Amino acid sequence: MQEDKPTGGDVNAVIQIAEEKKKQQRDSWSARLSSLAETRDKSEFAAIFEYFAPRVKSYIMRLGMPLATAEEVTQEAMLSVWRKSHLFNSAKASASTWIFTLARNQCIDRLRREKAVEYELPEEEPDPDQRDMAEHSILEERMQIAISTLPESQAQVLHLSYYEGKSHSEIAEQLGIPLGSVKSRLRLAFSKLKAHWGEEE
Amino acid sequence: MNIRHHFDDATLMAYAAGTLPAGMALLVACHLHWCPECSHRVKQAEALGGALLDRIEPKAMSSNALNELLSRLDDDMATEVSSLVQPAILPKDVPAPLHHYIKGSLDDLPWKRLGYGVHHIDLNLGSKGTTRLLKIAPGVSVPHHTHSGNELTLILRGSYTDEVGRFSAGDVADLDGEIHHQPIVDTDQDCICLIATDSPLKFTGFMGRLVQPFIGM
Repeated sequence: MQEDKPTGGDVNAVIQIAEEKKKQQRDSWSARLSSLAETRDKSEFAAIFEYFAPRVKSYIMRLGMPLATAEEVTQEAMLSVWRKSHLFNSAKASASTWIFTLARNQCIDRLRREKAVEYELPEEEPDPDQRDMAEHSILEERMQIAISTLPESQAQVLHLSYYEGKSHSEIAEQLGIPLGSVKSRLRLAFSKLKAHWGEEE
Repeated sequence: MNIRHHFDDATLMAYAAGTLPAGMALLVACHLHWCPECSHRVKQAEALGGALLDRIEPKAMSSNALNELLSRLDDDMATEVSSLVQPAILPKDVPAPLHHYIKGSLDDLPWKRLGYGVHHIDLNLGSKGTTRLLKIAPGVSVPHHTHSGNELTLILRGSYTDEVGRFSAGDVADLDGEIHHQPIVDTDQDCICLIATDSPLKFTGFMGRLVQPFIGM
């Protein structure tokens, strides 16, 4: 009865191929962003724009910005990708993470109506844990999987915080739960993700 | 710097998600300058944002957006380096992000007296909650208080002890409404700290009710 159904192994293999493809894609964005700083190649920038701008726009819209403003802020964020590409360090973050932080800062500036000062963190000591780019994208891959396995209550607070820009107090109010519960759900989610990152829970 | 007290993961996640009020974000940035451990955790919390960006459903940009931006790249050929703040010499108890606001030594600030043995400076960031520097004399304690929201404290100089433990330079106290505490300065040196809240504090007890109108934190 079971023979003609695909075995678990096959399904896993298909998922693995799909995941592998996504990982390669992410690796390549990091590599392309790194080379942009040297080449200043506009067609390369255009490719990065085509992939990331619609994602950044979607993120900004979820933060509650009206459509026209979201488009404008996305343009500013993508312009800062071009201007700051020499600051991108693929050993420290993936392309998605770096662009996320630029988009986030652009939104903060817009919402506060004043330019937030940016601070360069002191150069880190050479770290035995220092992860190279390939390793970093494996970790992000694991994090992707971890996010999809979070319980609904944890995924929900994560989305409200990161995607809707809600403060913890606002989330507590919206969900009708104590502030302490919002924080403990976030802590639980983070420790699960860290476990996938290869650290102890 | 021997840092023993760090931020709650939830606070670092709020910082990474960009949802902290300006004053609390400033305080977190200050501690990150001193604390590789919290910096590492912030990077992880930011990677979470990156992973979410990869999963988001894209929203198409308007058709001329790319061309419009490409035409602006030529006006902006100069790369942005100057926006990064790198003060030449920093006093060892003033982290770079704070230096941007006070431009100098903690000793040269126009401290205002707040009560017996307590001085303060309001950074007037105009964000939700308050952000101020507090200088407390040896042996003096801040009145018993609880927090209706969140309160972050970064010790810049000296130390204090409260119900939670001992806090010295570089340490942060990351408190919310569940904590009821009364810090007391426990050496012969002034304790100077940066305090950021997202809502007013509630002082408890007789002394607390007495100073509340003056402190207004």
